[in-house]
Amino acid sequence: MSKPDLSVNIAGIALRNPVMTASGTFGYGEEFSEYVDLEAIGAIITKGLSIRPKAGNPTPRIQETTGGMLNAIGLQNVGIDAFIEQKVPFLRTVSTPVIVNFFGNTVEEYAELAERLDRIPEVAGLEINISCPNVKHGGIVFGTDPKAAYSVVKAVREATIKPVIVKLSPNVTDIVEMAWACADAEADALSLINTLTGMAIDLKKRRPVLANVTGGLSGPAVKPVALRMVWQVARAVKVPVIGIGGIMSGTDALEFMLAGASAVQVGTANFLDPAAAQRIATEMEKYLEENGIADVKELIGALEV
Amino acid sequence: MQFRSTIISNQEVSPGYFRMRLTAPPELSGASPGQFIMVRVRDAIDPLLRRPFGIFDVGTIESEFPGLGSATYFEILYKVVGKGTEALSDYHHGDHVDVIAPLGAGFDLGDPAEEKILVGGGVGIAPLYYLARSLVQRSRVRFFLGGRTRDDILCVTEFERLGVETYVATDDGTLGDRGLVTDVMERHIREDGRPKTLYACGPMPMLKAVADIARRTATPCQVSLEAYMACGMGACLGCVVKGKDHSEEAPDYRCVCKDGPVFSFDQLKWV
Repeated sequence: MSKPDLSVNIAGIALRNPVMTASGTFGYGEEFSEYVDLEAIGAIITKGLSIRPKAGNPTPRIQETTGGMLNAIGLQNVGIDAFIEQKVPFLRTVSTPVIVNFFGNTVEEYAELAERLDRIPEVAGLEINISCPNVKHGGIVFGTDPKAAYSVVKAVREATIKPVIVKLSPNVTDIVEMAWACADAEADALSLINTLTGMAIDLKKRRPVLANVTGGLSGPAVKPVALRMVWQVARAVKVPVIGIGGIMSGTDALEFMLAGASAVQVGTANFLDPAAAQRIATEMEKYLEENGIADVKELIGALEV
Repeated sequence: MQFRSTIISNQEVSPGYFRMRLTAPPELSGASPGQFIMVRVRDAIDPLLRRPFGIFDVGTIESEFPGLGSATYFEILYKVVGKGTEALSDYHHGDHVDVIAPLGAGFDLGDPAEEKILVGGGVGIAPLYYLARSLVQRSRVRFFLGGRTRDDILCVTEFERLGVETYVATDDGTLGDRGLVTDVMERHIREDGRPKTLYACGPMPMLKAVADIARRTATPCQVSLEAYMACGMGACLGCVVKGKDHSEEAPDYRCVCKDGPVFSFDQLKWV
């Protein structure tokens, strides 16, 4: 049998395989280049970007939990000017599509960033962060209110011709309603889930572990919640869905595809295994080979309920 | 680089403190003192994250079988404080762990003509041994070692064997002078006016005291920081510390993993 076809196309972005690296877990790609073949992964999604550099939250910012970790980084990033000057030159040397995750404090800021990113040829697509739960006055309003989400996505849509992905927050009552709002605003794809708001407590100190008190939970612990939400959203919208949440192996990734995801993002796994995205793509290929499946796309939404 | 490492030995050197020797590829001999490693203690999701450890020593051993040449090893010194170190402490000769090393920026060995003063607290002495071994060939080295009680004072003989003058202080006076090691160190370095460089690793209050002495005596000083981190390669931004020019408007956060773990004390904001 010839090699199985792992390629997928997300909103016009051709990926050699469905495995992308989730924003905030892979730096700007360069940090990981010593440990992973960047040419062997589907796409690189860079650290959430804002117009101006952002300091982020005080420390402690992260805490390991059972089967996962909490983070409250607070969207620390270099800002778009430094991104263009310092990070784009390296990304230019990589043929893998680069998707830039970004956020703003107002609809206008989202639109301004989208306009500037639209002009960078190395950027294959944009991922809107409307769901980061850590920053007061940050994205949370947009991520939990369908009307606000609609207006942000619409403004970004009008500011760029590049593919627009919206990353959804799981911290809502009805994620399908959010998905509909984003699809109505002509998002090209939806990625989910971002982190689940959580908390860790230090009994001895009688204090929260994180300086921010709460943080976003990620890692294997969130996978069942993520699978459920991907399944709910994928059957409700026509746009492609990108599955995220605790993916550690090819098996995990393929489960998300069965639930309806056209591609996946690997996040926390990058921290403990810098070659995780590459390994997961290889494991997926091996599964397809062993099971005589010629094309990974056959599995998208193939869940039998 | 990332490699699978075999544990050669894992010895409890004091109650709750272990010294582990592991195999490494020959390239690890090029690691600088002060650099660190990330260990995946178990191929499982609990504990999930790698654990960072300073490099205590790097060396080569001749094979016990003639003709097989030599093998590179490294050592870490750790205190059992949680799930990760608990799991490590159960390992024996022949067990395996996955290692990423060497990481971060190490110590600057400085001018050989100047005396080197090393200050360590508890398990914070780990990177100072490899440093002392590198420094002692070229400079006079004095080592000040502090801890809460005598069980926290590790590897004194090892340092002395290198030819390093070693001074000990404990909070309860069960070994060496009673009191803070930084006070003992300051008394000694004030005795003569010769130029020196300070190197320190240990708990934050100790490092603050050392930085304060460095500032008051206008002595160059490098500190090695410990931090909670997820990745070790500058991506998670969990381990940041404030750089000297940090403000909300103009953030100057430095990653302990990538920009450090060794910093010149005047590059950091201490308040």
